[in-house]
Amino acid sequence: MFNRRDFLKTAGATGLSASVATLAGCAAGGSKATGHVVVVGGGYGGATAAKYLRMWSNGSVQVTLIERNTEFTSCPISNLVIAGEKTLADITVSYEGLKKWGVRVIHDDVVGIDTAKRSIRLAKQGELTYDRAVLSPGIEFLWDQVPGLKSAEAQAKILHAWKAGPQTVALRKQLEDMKDGGVYALSIPKAPYRCPPGPYERASMIAHYFKAKKPKSKVLVLDANADITSKKGLFVKAWDDLYKGIIEYRPNSELRDVDVASRTAILEFDKVKADVLNVVPPHRAGSVVTQSGAKLANNRWAEVDWLSLESVNVKGIHILGDSTLSAPLMPKSGFMANQHGKVAAAAILNLLAGEAPSLEPMMTNTCYSFVDAKHVIHVASVHRYDAEKKTMVTVPGSGGVSAERSALEASYAVGWAKNIWADMLT
Amino acid sequence: MKRFITAASLAALVLAAGPVAADDPNLARNLAANCANCHGTNGKAVAGAGMATLAGQPKEGLIQRMNEFRSGARPATVMHQIAKAYTDAQIDLVAGYLAAQK
Repeated sequence: MFNRRDFLKTAGATGLSASVATLAGCAAGGSKATGHVVVVGGGYGGATAAKYLRMWSNGSVQVTLIERNTEFTSCPISNLVIAGEKTLADITVSYEGLKKWGVRVIHDDVVGIDTAKRSIRLAKQGELTYDRAVLSPGIEFLWDQVPGLKSAEAQAKILHAWKAGPQTVALRKQLEDMKDGGVYALSIPKAPYRCPPGPYERASMIAHYFKAKKPKSKVLVLDANADITSKKGLFVKAWDDLYKGIIEYRPNSELRDVDVASRTAILEFDKVKADVLNVVPPHRAGSVVTQSGAKLANNRWAEVDWLSLESVNVKGIHILGDSTLSAPLMPKSGFMANQHGKVAAAAILNLLAGEAPSLEPMMTNTCYSFVDAKHVIHVASVHRYDAEKKTMVTVPGSGGVSAERSALEASYAVGWAKNIWADMLT
Repeated sequence: MKRFITAASLAALVLAAGPVAADDPNLARNLAANCANCHGTNGKAVAGAGMATLAGQPKEGLIQRMNEFRSGARPATVMHQIAKAYTDAQIDLVAGYLAAQK
């Protein structure tokens, strides 16, 4: 078992001498990455990083993944479960595949991180030391901004379903129990938030369910933003063509609070009572990131070096996915987190081998959204590192949205999900 | 070459070096990983999921297809938007890497 001290002895490395070794020309193939990487969070970012660290190092780097849940449940595709088109089992994948790659998987909660000692404390299973840590915890809700929802009891009644799992199933149940003629209201926080097109997909899919099964019911979208934040033209067309009289969209409708007993959304100038009230609260980086001392923008998102995803101020921790302060035009998506995981894995293996990270990372993103059970729209972007701006920028002339909603893209959306789940977990 | 290099001169060297594809032995691997989200790890797509397997395809064929996506000669839902982001050199590297996957 390697610890950090052993690693420093074998590699003879500080950050500086490590980089010097590369420039001196003894990089490719001479040195080999060794050490122990602890990955916190087994979602799209963390699971990908864990697998690729093992795969690309040919097993020379030890990887421990700490994940609270015993199975992975996907947020992408979860709106189809809420609409009754798929089951939770369809979006759930085992962690067994990662164990086959030699990833040590520990199901526990992280209660503390000491970045000076490079150690992570778990709730039940003691302490782990690391040479480098990957923090990919997803998001934490800012319940302070919706005071009525602070208690666990309130949170069990007014659901977010913005982390897939029990909440996904519970929201489905609330919709099934709702009488025909009822109102489902969805509160969307101000951007940036996890999955920009996700709320509009959810509104579409619930309208699809109502249209077939509860045709007198309404979907009310209370958006804190001034307009639809993603794929606007395509969503508006789908709502006009498919859900006229069912979906009502209200921009600039920031939530101030909730009255749980009456399922009322309290806005600045209005109160909206719903039969099913679904609140996505504002959120920020997961707690292990906010507790790590990593520099945060607006006290919410971690600033990273895009060549390595390493925190700009805390050495040895690499932060992925939704927790990062996104680069310009980069969405907080599972697809993007997977790409973060690969760039971080490549950089960490270089660093552990005493080499500098690659200077030209590229990241691709495609977000598919269902507008009904059989038709899908996408938005795609490709990002490259800009050395002058020191951030990822979209490549001019690339990216875009669907020409129109299509059944073909629905088949690609499902094919994408199966492939990315395998890319992360098997 | 073991003599000490200061942080400042190191930074200067890194900047002067700039992005040079040929100098990075892992670049093809890293770029090809961008394809894996839809087309499977190392281009090996999940069977029956309806996505094209890229692993083991002839390199020239992969390059030709990407060029057709870029020019618009081959209709696509999304690949024409993605293909336009990659340079000839990058496509050559990725195609070579995927073609070599067994």
